[in-house]
Amino acid sequence: MSTPIEATAILQRRRSSVEDTRSSGLSPEPRELSYAQAIQEAMAIAMERDERVFLMGEDIGVYGGAFQVTGDLVHRFGADRVMDTPISELGSAGVAIGAALTGLRPIFEFQFSDFSALAMEQIVNQAAKLRFMLGGAVSVPLVMRFPSGSGTGAAAQHSQSLEAWFAHVPGLKVVQPATPHDAKGCLLAAIADPDPVMIFEHKLLYKMKGEVPEGHYTVPLGKARLCRPGRDVTIVATSIMVHRSLAAAEELSREGIEAEVIDLRSLRPLDRDTLTQSVKRTHRLVCVYEGVKTLGIGAELSASIAESDAFDYLDAPILRLGGAECPIPYNPELEKAAVPQTPTIIAAVRDLIGGRL
Amino acid sequence: MGLEDVTLREKSVASGVRQLGRARPQNPSRDAVSMPSVYRRLSAESLRQALRKMHLIRRFEESAEDAYMRGLVHGTMHLSIGQEASAVGICATLEPTDYMTSTHRGHGHSIAKGAQVARMFAEFFGKEDGYCRGRGGSMHIADVSTGNLGANGIVGGGLPIAVGVALSMKKQRRSCVVVSFFGDGANNEGAFHEALNMASIWKLPVVFVCENNGYGMSTSTERSTAVKDVAERACAYSMPGIVVDGNDFAAVAQAAFDAVERARRGDGPSLIESKTYRIRGHSRSDRNRYRTKEEIEAWLARDPIVAFERELARLGFVSKSGIEAIRTDVECEIAEAIAFAKASPAPSVEELTRYVYSD
Ligand SMILES: Cc1ncc(C[n+]2csc(CCOP(=O)(O)OP(=O)(O)O)c2C)c(N)n1
Ligand SMILES: [Mg+2]
Repeated sequence: MSTPIEATAILQRRRSSVEDTRSSGLSPEPRELSYAQAIQEAMAIAMERDERVFLMGEDIGVYGGAFQVTGDLVHRFGADRVMDTPISELGSAGVAIGAALTGLRPIFEFQFSDFSALAMEQIVNQAAKLRFMLGGAVSVPLVMRFPSGSGTGAAAQHSQSLEAWFAHVPGLKVVQPATPHDAKGCLLAAIADPDPVMIFEHKLLYKMKGEVPEGHYTVPLGKARLCRPGRDVTIVATSIMVHRSLAAAEELSREGIEAEVIDLRSLRPLDRDTLTQSVKRTHRLVCVYEGVKTLGIGAELSASIAESDAFDYLDAPILRLGGAECPIPYNPELEKAAVPQTPTIIAAVRDLIGGRL
Repeated sequence: MGLEDVTLREKSVASGVRQLGRARPQNPSRDAVSMPSVYRRLSAESLRQALRKMHLIRRFEESAEDAYMRGLVHGTMHLSIGQEASAVGICATLEPTDYMTSTHRGHGHSIAKGAQVARMFAEFFGKEDGYCRGRGGSMHIADVSTGNLGANGIVGGGLPIAVGVALSMKKQRRSCVVVSFFGDGANNEGAFHEALNMASIWKLPVVFVCENNGYGMSTSTERSTAVKDVAERACAYSMPGIVVDGNDFAAVAQAAFDAVERARRGDGPSLIESKTYRIRGHSRSDRNRYRTKEEIEAWLARDPIVAFERELARLGFVSKSGIEAIRTDVECEIAEAIAFAKASPAPSVEELTRYVYSD
C-alpha cells in the first residue's frame, strides 16, 4: 500500500499526465501496468475528470475489492465515491441504474460475474430496456464490471463465463478486453458511453502486465483487433483465449502453419466485418472462447460467416472451441479440461489444416 | 464489531427480541443453580460429544489451513475458527433425519451435523472419495446422508431452498425440521426476506440461524444493516427472533431447542441470531484492513471451546484426563483423515461431464 505522501505524489503525477494528453494528445514513454492496475487507473482518471463518476460494489473500499482492482482508491477519493454496498446485488444494481438515469455515472463492480445472476432483473428488464420503452426519453450511462472465468479453483458458482447471456440482450453493450491497454481504453470508452456497458474481465488476466499509455484514451467499443496476421487459418478469440490462441499460433508457425489471430474485444456491438475480411484471406475459421460452447459466441460467429459472402471462401468446416458442457469443476485437472487450453487449440488447428475434420 | 455488542442485555428490547447468553443471572455459590438448564436436556455423553465436535472442527480448520499453505488445496476457503459453539450448539438439538443448509463458511456445520472429516479432506484435495467427488471443493461440501444439503457459494443461496425442504416435509407429513445457517451479510439479500416471509405464511418447520460474526467480508453489520440486531427482522415476518451469545454453547443450544420444538410442533419458523466472531480472515485473500488487532485479541480471549471445556469440567461432566483423551482422539482422527484423503484417487478427466444430468 502506498503511504499518503506517495499517494498524493501519484495523484499529482496522474493529474499532470491527464493534462499532458489533453493538450498534446500524445502519450509520453511506454510503461507497463498490470491489467488490474490499468482498470484502476482508468477509474481514477474518470473520477478526476468527471465528478459524476463514482464506484459501487461489495468490499471495494478498505478491502480494495476481491481482486484488488479498486485497491487504495477509497483513500484518494473517499468512501462517498468508492462506495461499499451491502451484499444486495439486485438492489444495488437497481440503485446504480437509478443514479445513472438521473445524471450520475456509476461504475458498478460485481464481486464475481456469477453474482450477476442475482441482479438479472435490474440489468435485463430495466437497464437494457428503459431507454427503448420510454421512446428515447432517458438513457442509462451505467458501467458494470464482471470478474469472470475459471482457473482459480473457485468451482462452479465462482468461475463462469456468462458474457453471452448479456450479449443476447439488445440495449446492453458487452466487451471483453484482453490486454491491460484495452482494459483501460475500453473502460474509459464505456464511461463516456451513454448506454449500459458490461465489461467482462478474466480473473487470470488481472496480474498480466502490458504496455499502457498514460492519461486518457479510449478504445472504441465494437471494434475487433487483428493481433497477428496469417494466411492459413483465422482464429477468433475472446479474453484470455486471445493469449492462448497467440501462443498456439507461435507454436503452429514453427510447423509452417500461419494463423491469423483476431481479438474480438466486443460481443455487442459485434465487428462482423473484421472477421469476414479475415476469413476471406485465410479460408478457415476457428472460434475460441471460454463460455459454454453450445449456443454461445462461436455459434453467432459461425453464423455470421455462413450468412456472408465469406461463406464461399471456406475451405474447411468452421470449428468452435468453447467451454465443456458442464459447470466448472473444482479439481484442478478437471478444471483445466473444462475450457480450451493452448494445446487444445494447436491440436484442433492441426487437424483442421490437415483435413482431418 | 466490539465486544460490548455481545454483552447481552437481560431485559427484552423494544422490538420483542429475546436475548440469551452470558449476562443471564448466575448463582456462583451453587453449581446446581448455575448449571444451564439446557444441560439437563442433553445427556452427559452428548455434552462430551459436543465438546469433541468443537475440538474436531477447530483442528479440522487448522489442518485445512495448513494443507492450504502447503499447496494441497486449490482455490480458497473460509474458516470458521471461533464459531464452533454456534455450529455445534444448533446441531446438538437435531436428529440425523433433520435437514440443514449451510454457507460458504460451512466446514463446522458439516462436522456438527455428522460429516466425516476424511471425506471432507478428500474433497479439499479434489479427490474421488470427497463428498462431491472432487467436483465441488470447500464451498460445496454436502453430506446428504446426514441431512446436510450443502454449503453454498452464493450468499443467501440456501435460505429459500431450506424453505422448500420444509414445505416438502410438511406436505409429506414428515416431522423433520430444517435448519438454515447464514451469515449476517446474507440478511440484506432479497432471498433472506422472501424466504422468511414464505416460511411464516405457510408455518413451515424452519429454524433460521444467522451467525453474526460482525462482518460480511470487510463490511461491518453497522455499515451494512439498518437494524442493530438481525433478530429484529423476525418481527417483520411474524416469527420469534432471539439473540444469543454464539460463543456460549449453552445459550445457543437452549435457543435451538426452543426453536426446533416449536417447528416440530407445527408452530412455524424462528430466527436465531448467534453473535460470534471469525478469528481468521474472510478467506485466503483477506488482509484484515477493516478491523483492529485489539478487536481480534479481545475475541480470542472469549474462545468458545475454552469456555465450554471449563464449564463442563466445573460441572463435573468431564475430567482433566477426559479432556486430554478427547484431544488425543481428535488428533488421531485428523491424521488418519488426511492420510485417507491423500491416498484417495483423483477423478478421471474422461468423466468431466458426468453428473451434469441424471444418468
Ligand atoms: C450473492 C453473493 N454475493 C457476494 C458473494 C461474495 N461473498 C462471499 S462470502 C461474502 C461475505 C458474507 O458475509 P456473511 O454472510 O456475514 O458470512 P461470513 O463470511 O461472515 O461467514 C461475500 C461478500 C457471494 N458469494 N455471493
Ligand atoms: Mg459475517
